[in-house]
Amino acid sequence: MAAEVRRSARNQRLVLAGLALAAVVGAGLLAIPALEDKATFFYAPSDLAANPPAPGARIRLGGLVKDGSVSRENDGLTLVFTVTDGARETRVRYTGLVPDLFREGQGVVATGRLGPDGGFAAEELLAKHDETYMPPEVAKSLGRAGGAGAAGAMHRTGSLSE
Amino acid sequence: MSPARLLPLLALAALGLFLAANLGRPQQATIRSAMVGKPVPAFALPGLGDRPGLASTDLGGGEGPVLVNFFASWCLPCRVEAPQLKALADAGIPIHGIALRDSPEDIRAFLARHGDPFRRIGLDRDGQAAIAFGSSGVPETFLVDGRGVIRLQHQGEIRPEQVAEILREARRWR
Amino acid sequence: MIPSPAELGHLALWLAAATALVMAAAPLHAALAGLARPAAVTHGLLLVAAYAAMTHAFLVSDFSVSLVATNSHTAKPLLYKVTGVWANHEGSMLLWVLILGLAGLAVALVPLPLGPAFRARTLGSLGVVALGFLAFLLFASNPFARLDPAPPEGLGLNPLLQDPGLAFHPPTLYLGYVGLVVAFALAVAALLDGKVGPAWAKATRPWVTLAWAFLTLGIALGSWWAYYELGWGGWWFWDPVENAALMPWLAATALLHSIRVLETRDALRNWTLMLAIAGFALSMLGTFIVRSGLLTSVHAFAVDPTRGLFLLALLVGLTAWALLVWALRAPKVAEGARFAATSREGLLVVNNLLLMALLAIVFIGTLYPLALEAWNGRQISVGPPYFNATTVPLVLLLAVLMGVGPFLAWKRGATKGLGRRLLLPGLLATLAALAMLGLLGVTGVLTLLGFAAAAWLAVASLQLLARRGLTLGRAGTALAHLGVALTILGATASGALQREALVSLRVGEGFEIAGFTVTLEDVAPKAGPNWTALEATLAVQREGAPVATLRPQSRTYTSPPMETTEAGIAMWRAGDLYGVLGKPDGSGRWQIHFWVKPLIHFIWWGALLMAAGGVLALGGALRFAQLGRRRPAARAAPVPLPAE
Repeated sequence: MAAEVRRSARNQRLVLAGLALAAVVGAGLLAIPALEDKATFFYAPSDLAANPPAPGARIRLGGLVKDGSVSRENDGLTLVFTVTDGARETRVRYTGLVPDLFREGQGVVATGRLGPDGGFAAEELLAKHDETYMPPEVAKSLGRAGGAGAAGAMHRTGSLSE
Repeated sequence: MSPARLLPLLALAALGLFLAANLGRPQQATIRSAMVGKPVPAFALPGLGDRPGLASTDLGGGEGPVLVNFFASWCLPCRVEAPQLKALADAGIPIHGIALRDSPEDIRAFLARHGDPFRRIGLDRDGQAAIAFGSSGVPETFLVDGRGVIRLQHQGEIRPEQVAEILREARRWR
Repeated sequence: MIPSPAELGHLALWLAAATALVMAAAPLHAALAGLARPAAVTHGLLLVAAYAAMTHAFLVSDFSVSLVATNSHTAKPLLYKVTGVWANHEGSMLLWVLILGLAGLAVALVPLPLGPAFRARTLGSLGVVALGFLAFLLFASNPFARLDPAPPEGLGLNPLLQDPGLAFHPPTLYLGYVGLVVAFALAVAALLDGKVGPAWAKATRPWVTLAWAFLTLGIALGSWWAYYELGWGGWWFWDPVENAALMPWLAATALLHSIRVLETRDALRNWTLMLAIAGFALSMLGTFIVRSGLLTSVHAFAVDPTRGLFLLALLVGLTAWALLVWALRAPKVAEGARFAATSREGLLVVNNLLLMALLAIVFIGTLYPLALEAWNGRQISVGPPYFNATTVPLVLLLAVLMGVGPFLAWKRGATKGLGRRLLLPGLLATLAALAMLGLLGVTGVLTLLGFAAAAWLAVASLQLLARRGLTLGRAGTALAHLGVALTILGATASGALQREALVSLRVGEGFEIAGFTVTLEDVAPKAGPNWTALEATLAVQREGAPVATLRPQSRTYTSPPMETTEAGIAMWRAGDLYGVLGKPDGSGRWQIHFWVKPLIHFIWWGALLMAAGGVLALGGALRFAQLGRRRPAARAAPVPLPAE
C-alpha cells in the first residue's frame, strides 16, 4: 500500500515535470514564430540600399535628419524629411506630433515601412534625448532609476494608432 | 545525485556566459557613421578669434594620424573627457577640435577651465561638418590617418581605460 | 580632527560588511551559531547609520561627497534632496543593501518556529547576499567617494527626477526584490536542513506575500508614472526595464500560489523551492539589466562594463550556489503528497504552468535582441506587437481558471455544486460580451473575450467574498482576484474603446471626438522656477456643458537645457481625457494629439486592490501562524477547507 502510494506519487511528479516542460516548450513555440514575425530590424539608409527589407515589413530606420530637408504638408500634421547616414539618404513621411528633440542635424529613429517608391512611411519617431552622449550616471539618472521610466530617456511620438 | 538535477545549473551557466559575452559591447540603436573607411568629407570651418580654423585640407597631409574631436561647452561629458584628451595629446597624437553649435566666448571659457589640447579648432555653428562626418552627437572623436581616411569613430566620451586602445589604433594607422 | 558624518557613514558601511561576514560564517560551526542574531541586528543598524549619513550629506549639500555633487543642488526642494539619495546608481544600491539589512534585522527578531539552527542558516544566506552587494558598493560603486577640493555647487537639478511618481517607484520595487531575497534565504536554509514542508511554507509565505504586494505596487507606480509623465498616451511599453520588474513579479505570483499548496497539502516541495530560487535570480537579473544598461535602447551608450560584470558575477554566483545546494540536497527533500487533477491544487499547478509560460515568453522577448545580435550582428527590437500577441491569450486563460480555482476543494476532485456556482459568472460574462458587441459595436474576438473574462472573474471573486465563513486569507484572495479583473477590464476598455484624434488647429478652432467637443481656447507662454513653457488651453464640452479644461504644455528647462512634453490629463468618469500639445506648423496652427481613454484608471485601481488583497492575506497568514503556535495539536492534522 505504502509502496503503491509512493509509486503513484512518483508518477504524478513525472506528469507534473512533463507538464512544466510542455508549458515552457509551448511558450517557446508560441514565442519564436511571433518573434520572426513581429521583431523589427534596424536599418541605416546605407543598409536599405545594400540589403533591402522584405516589402511591407515593419522596420526601424536610424540616421541623422538632413539639414534643410524638413518640410511640412498643408494639413499641418504631415512631415517630410530626409534621413542620412553620411553616405546614403532616405526620404521619410510621417503624420503626427513631432518628438521634442526632433531637429535638423540630430539623430532620429523612425519605425515604419518602406514603400515601393523607396520612400519610408513612419508610424513612430524617436529622437535622441540630447545632443550629448551622457556618461552612464547621467543617462541612468534620467528616468532609469529603477523602473518603467526607462523610456523617459528618449523622446518618442506616434502617429494615430489606426 | 541524478545528472538531471544539474540541468538548472547548466542553464544558468549558459545564460551567465551569454550575458558576460555581451557586456563588452552593449547593443543599442546608435547610429554608426557610414564614413568610416572613407576620405574625410570636404569642409572648411572658421577659427576661434585669431587662431587658425580647421578644413578638410588640414587633415591627411602625409603626417601621422590625427584625432578630430567634436565637442561643445554646453556638453557635460565633454568635461568628463578633457583629461583623457590631454593624455592623448601628451602621448604625441595631434588633436583638432570642432566646436558644435557654440559661441566663441563660451568656448574660450570652456578651454580655460578644462584645458586646451587642440592644435586647431573649427567652429561648426550650424552642425554642417558634424553631418558630413556622420556624427550624431558630442562628444565624438574620429581618427583620421595620414592619407585623410577616417579610420575610427568613437561615440561618447573617451573614458580613462579607453585611452590605451585609442593609442593602439592610432599607431596601427601610422 | 572630528570625522565628518560622511566618513562615519563610510566606516559604517565597512563594519556592515564585517558583520555580514559574521552572519555568513555563523552557521558553519556550532560555536558561532549564537552570533547570527546579534550580528544581523548590528548589521541592520549599521546600514541605517550609513544611509542616515548619506541622507545627511544630501540635506546639508556636502559637495565633498562626489555623489552629492553630481546629483544634488542647494536649490533643490527638500523632498527631492531626501529622495535624491536613491535617484542615482550608487545611492540606489545603498538603499538596496539598507532594505536587505532591515529584512535581516526582521528575520533575526520575528518568531521563527523552525529552530535556532534554521534561523542561523537563513541569516547566513542573507549575510552572503549582503556581503556580495556590499563588496559591489565598496569596490565598484562607492557612494561615499570624496571630491577634493569640494565644488561650490552641485550639478543635479535635473527636472525629470523631481517627480513624486519616479521618486517613490524604486524603493517600492526594492522592498519587493528584497522580500524575494528573504524567501530565497529561507529556501536555501530549508534545503540545508532538509525540512521542506508545511511548517517551512507557513514561515515563508508572509515574506512572499509581502514581496509580491510591494512588487505589484512598484510596477503599478512605474506604469502610472510613464502614463502621465511621458505623454505618449500608453501605460505599458514592454520596455526591457519594465520587463525586468515584470519577470520577478510573475515568478513571485507563481510562488505565492505554490507555497499555499505546500502549506496546506505538503505537495510541490521541489517546485516551490525552485520558484523561490528563480524569483531571486530574476530580481537579480532585473537589477542587472537596469544597472548594467545591457538591454536599454538609445541611451545605453557609455556603460561601465566593470560594474555590469560585477553584478553579473553576483547574480550567477549566488544563484549557482543555490542551485548546487538544490542539486545536492533535493533528493533529501522527500516526495510530497499526491492529489486529483481537478482538485484546487491541481488547478494551482495549471496556474503555475501558465505563469511559467508567460515568464518564458517575456524572457525570450527581452533577451532575443541580444541573442540575435551576438549570432549575426543584426539589430532588432522586440516590442508590443510580439508581446501582446503572445501574452494576451494566456492571461485570458489564466483569468478563466482564476474564477474556478478558489471554489475547488483541496485534494478531492471537482464537486457537483461547482457547475451551479459558476452559472452566474458564466451568464454575466456572456452578457458582458454580448452587450459590448450589440451596444458599442466592439468586434475583435480577443477584446470581447477580455470583457467576458473580466466580468467572469469579477463576479466569481465577489461570490467568493460573499460566501459564509469568510477568513482573512480568502478575503485576500478574493480582493486580489477582483483586482486582476479590474486591471483586465481597464486594459481592454482603454485599448478597444479608446478614441484618438490628431489635428492641427488655430486658436479658437475645435473638433469633435467621441461625443466631446474640444476647443483650443488659447496658447500662451508660462514660466516655472526653472522652465518656460507654451501652454495650450483645451476646453472640453459634452452636450453643451463644460466637462474639463486641459492644459498640456511643451516645456523647455533651463538647467540642464531639456525639452519635455507635459500631457494635459483630466479624469472623466473612470477614464481620462488626455491631450498633448505639439509644435506650431509655421502658419499659425498648433498640433494637438487627443485621446479619450475610457476606464483606464481601472488598471491602477486593480493593481492597488491586488496589493491590498496581498496585505489582507498576509494578515491571515500571520494570524494563522500564531494560532498554530498556540495550539500545536491543531497543526498535526491537515487543514482541508471543504468546498461546501
